[in-house]
Amino acid sequence: MRALIAQCRAEVSMTLRRGETLLLTIGIPLLLLVFFSEIKITGSETAHPVNVVTPGVLALAIMSTSMVSLGIATGFERGYGVLKRLGATPLGRGRLLAAKIVAVMVIEVLQAIVIVGVGFALGWKPSGGVLGGIAAAVACIVGSLAFGGIGLAMAGRLRAEVNLAAANGLYLVLLLLGGMVVPLSVLPKALRVFAEILPAAALSSAVRDAIATTGTYSGCWIVLVIWGVITPLIAGMSFRFLGD
Amino acid sequence: MALSVDNLVIRHGEVLAVDRLSFSVAKGEVVALLGPNGAGKTSTVETLEGYRSPTAGTVRVLGLDPVAQRRELSGSLGVMLQQGGVYPVMTPTQVLALFAAYYPTPRDPKELLEVLGLTAVASTPWKRLSGGEQQRVSFALALIGRPSVLFLDEPTAGVDLHGRHAIRSLIQQQAADGVTVLLTTHEMAEAEAVADRVAIVHDGTLARMGSLSELTGDGVFFEASAALNLDSLSAALSVAVREELPGRYRIDGEASPELVASLGTWLAGQGATLGALRSGASLEDTYVAIVGERAHEVTSDPPSTPRRRRRR
Repeated sequence: MRALIAQCRAEVSMTLRRGETLLLTIGIPLLLLVFFSEIKITGSETAHPVNVVTPGVLALAIMSTSMVSLGIATGFERGYGVLKRLGATPLGRGRLLAAKIVAVMVIEVLQAIVIVGVGFALGWKPSGGVLGGIAAAVACIVGSLAFGGIGLAMAGRLRAEVNLAAANGLYLVLLLLGGMVVPLSVLPKALRVFAEILPAAALSSAVRDAIATTGTYSGCWIVLVIWGVITPLIAGMSFRFLGD
Repeated sequence: MALSVDNLVIRHGEVLAVDRLSFSVAKGEVVALLGPNGAGKTSTVETLEGYRSPTAGTVRVLGLDPVAQRRELSGSLGVMLQQGGVYPVMTPTQVLALFAAYYPTPRDPKELLEVLGLTAVASTPWKRLSGGEQQRVSFALALIGRPSVLFLDEPTAGVDLHGRHAIRSLIQQQAADGVTVLLTTHEMAEAEAVADRVAIVHDGTLARMGSLSELTGDGVFFEASAALNLDSLSAALSVAVREELPGRYRIDGEASPELVASLGTWLAGQGATLGALRSGASLEDTYVAIVGERAHEVTSDPPSTPRRRRRR
């Protein structure tokens, strides 16, 4: 337990000290929240943009932290030989991954506080009550697992620089196809069907399903849970301490 | 035996990195693993450290399989990588405290910082430390868990004289306390300073292994300023003369005054100058004799990417 606590502390501290991580995980989501709350491209004729965008930006924040930030940092740790060195200690793969998950969760709680606070300031009125809030939290946790699994699977296999490019590229694709700020309803039908089986759209829809009334599609929870189970398993099997 | 390697074969795809390598290391012994880049040293050590499974053969560390019984073994190992291996933003104090938390009875980080002369940079992030300071932090990390077996990869590369002395003293102290040390190095002086035995690996096989006195033997060694006709020189001296590297020669015989005088006379007759005359082989001479032209490669092989491309 002492090793796990120490590693958790180290992971959280290092994540909070990475400026580029804070820009990606807090700065960009906030910018998108403010921008898209003020313009009407939400796909809903009746809802105020902020009511549609805030749940989407929460989903985006989860994706930024779990997949991009975690994946890139872990990829560079492998490139620096840190993972190789840790592999020879009693810390073990399980506790290392657990510490990384805890660090991600801590950052996500901070993100949620900031985004929800700014959302309220912009006039956001969530629906669903307490149960809706709980459901949204569950969706975020499952989404974290799904995106964390993707990030770690890439970090566990790709060279650090390739992983960096791949994570950023995937982030952009999922941002555009994830229904987070650009509604799925404005996408061509074939692209929308494809987008609906991706974890980004599933997460943003599940969060909206919990705390908003627009922008969801049936089956988003099932898709999200499938991603949340499969990708951590893939990451666990493919994660390597050695090499770059 | 603390370490045993038995008929180890390691392939990286089609490339044969290690070919039926066997050796063992006793508890408390310091063994230096020498060899040119791509000789198979890193692959062998990584197998002993449990990072990779052998293609064939067996390795045991403290009697355990380092891959299958990694969990039981990890608390007993101290690993120093050739470079890196530390979070770049962490200071020596932070990273030693973190690693200390992994072990049940760790050494005192402050004491290690002091012994290795790192107190002044204890609060400097790893990425801002000099190469030598980074090596010393890396060495401290290998010691923090009170290991029974230490794997050290080029422990004094880039370290200043004072730091080298501190590291070598600590290696010797560890061995005296019963810690087994497998040291991978390109520096003969390092091996001569701390190793009980030396293993020379070449082309994935064990070329020679023994104590320093076993590996260094008789012979007269010299350098000459011009290319020599060896048949003519051998005939003149009545002993075999070999060119081990360009301009570097070995005479199979004892350095009698007569032989040295004859050599000097013969060289003068050829218009060549005699240099670096020495009786008895050094470790470097033995290494050069085995490894030949590749003996003076200075860069170290990157892990997992042997340059040799032998296909079998």
